Amino acid sequence: MTGLKVGLPLDESVRKTLRAGDAVLLSGVIYTARDAAHKRMAEALEKGVELPFDINGQTIYYMGPAPARPGAVIGSCGPTTSGRMDAYTPQLLEAGLAAMIGKGERSAGVREAIRKAGAVYFVTYGGVGALLSKAVRKAEVVAYPELGAEAIMRLEVDDFPVIVANDMHGGDLFSEQISKYRRG
Amino acid sequence: MLEYACMREIQAPDVTRAVAELAQRANFELGGDVVRLLEAAREREVSPIGREALARLLENARLAKDERLPLCQDCGIAVVFLELGQYAHITGGDLYEAVADGVRCGYRDGFLRKSMVARPFSARINTGDNTPPVIHVEIVPGDRLRIAFMPKGGGAENMSRLVMLKPGAGEHGITDAVVSAVRDAGGNPCPPLIIGLGIGATAEKSLEIAKKALLRPAGEPNSDVETAELERKVFDAVNMTGVGPLGMGGGVTAIAVHAEVYPCHFASLPLAINLQCHSARHAEVTL
Repeated sequence: MTGLKVGLPLDESVRKTLRAGDAVLLSGVIYTARDAAHKRMAEALEKGVELPFDINGQTIYYMGPAPARPGAVIGSCGPTTSGRMDAYTPQLLEAGLAAMIGKGERSAGVREAIRKAGAVYFVTYGGVGALLSKAVRKAEVVAYPELGAEAIMRLEVDDFPVIVANDMHGGDLFSEQISKYRRG
Repeated sequence: MLEYACMREIQAPDVTRAVAELAQRANFELGGDVVRLLEAAREREVSPIGREALARLLENARLAKDERLPLCQDCGIAVVFLELGQYAHITGGDLYEAVADGVRCGYRDGFLRKSMVARPFSARINTGDNTPPVIHVEIVPGDRLRIAFMPKGGGAENMSRLVMLKPGAGEHGITDAVVSAVRDAGGNPCPPLIIGLGIGATAEKSLEIAKKALLRPAGEPNSDVETAELERKVFDAVNMTGVGPLGMGGGVTAIAVHAEVYPCHFASLPLAINLQCHSARHAEVTL
């Protein structure tokens, strides 16, 4: 797999250079969270309760894995639809979230919040969970274990392939690419 | 016409074993028909990002089969289509329970993700074994039981649509409705898609035949010439949208359109749209 190799957490200086459409290979720590975990984190922020991990500068991956076979680090682990997290995302960006990984488009509100926060939204390959599991070196549940596949996990990844979908300069992979190939 | 002297017995535990095996096979092995369409798509895709995505899908399918890993972490809601011969008699247990047990065993032993939650509008508690399945039963001639297992992912199912068109909307109305559903869905349902269409009947029946259309070998046209022509027109229109593989832009948004048609009330033209992601998983067996 090819792409610009980038370490996590993402420094602001690196985020500045990323542009929609760039292929990137991420290495370092990412946290998983999907629908149920987002709902809980949003409730925590509203109540002024601390989040279960220090979100400042971190990366969230919208993913709930298949169970690991004995001896494996993780099961299949591709992205879920990011749009379902849109309602919670501006709050998390305000709390310091720096990057997100998922699939599909974000709302106009989230794109604006990404620009304001100087954050970045990456997409990875949907429905390619078996292949993506090979880029995960370590996986442990760090919060909400009762949510099962929806628990928050801390992953260590090595050359995890993503594409920049929304950058901090307002670039948008989807509108740029789709209008390029639209006919009629 | 065949005549049957007596009922043929089918043991419920055999149904359980068959369902468990189908659940795993469907989740680990992408059908050769789908793989061939994805390979052809990679050849004709004009977008470099799209071609790269298609190459990854094919690589993933090989890896999943070789290592018996789920193609996708979303191992789906278990949708089971049963065609029960009217001379077949299920003994040794309840048919629906036998199917549910098969789902339970298949998902547990195959390390498949359990995604079903009970009390959907409130507590949303995971049932822990991916049950209950959604079961459709059709009584058919003969003395066999045909079981088709379709793990349906949430991302694609969420983009389903039911449109009650005006009776005169015709081909254009159908094509426009499908194009807008696909465009609005963007990358969410994981294109390239197989698009299941149910045209006619009633609201609920159109949705059922749209989903059942997805069981057809991928890319095989409807045997009715006029319907096959409609499938082709919708296919061409959808592939003009530019949505492309995984919504990242390109010329391949759908790899097949399967439409099923049923007569309807003269005041109606129901159109059900069921989108199937590129991981078009299903497996079948006849007992």
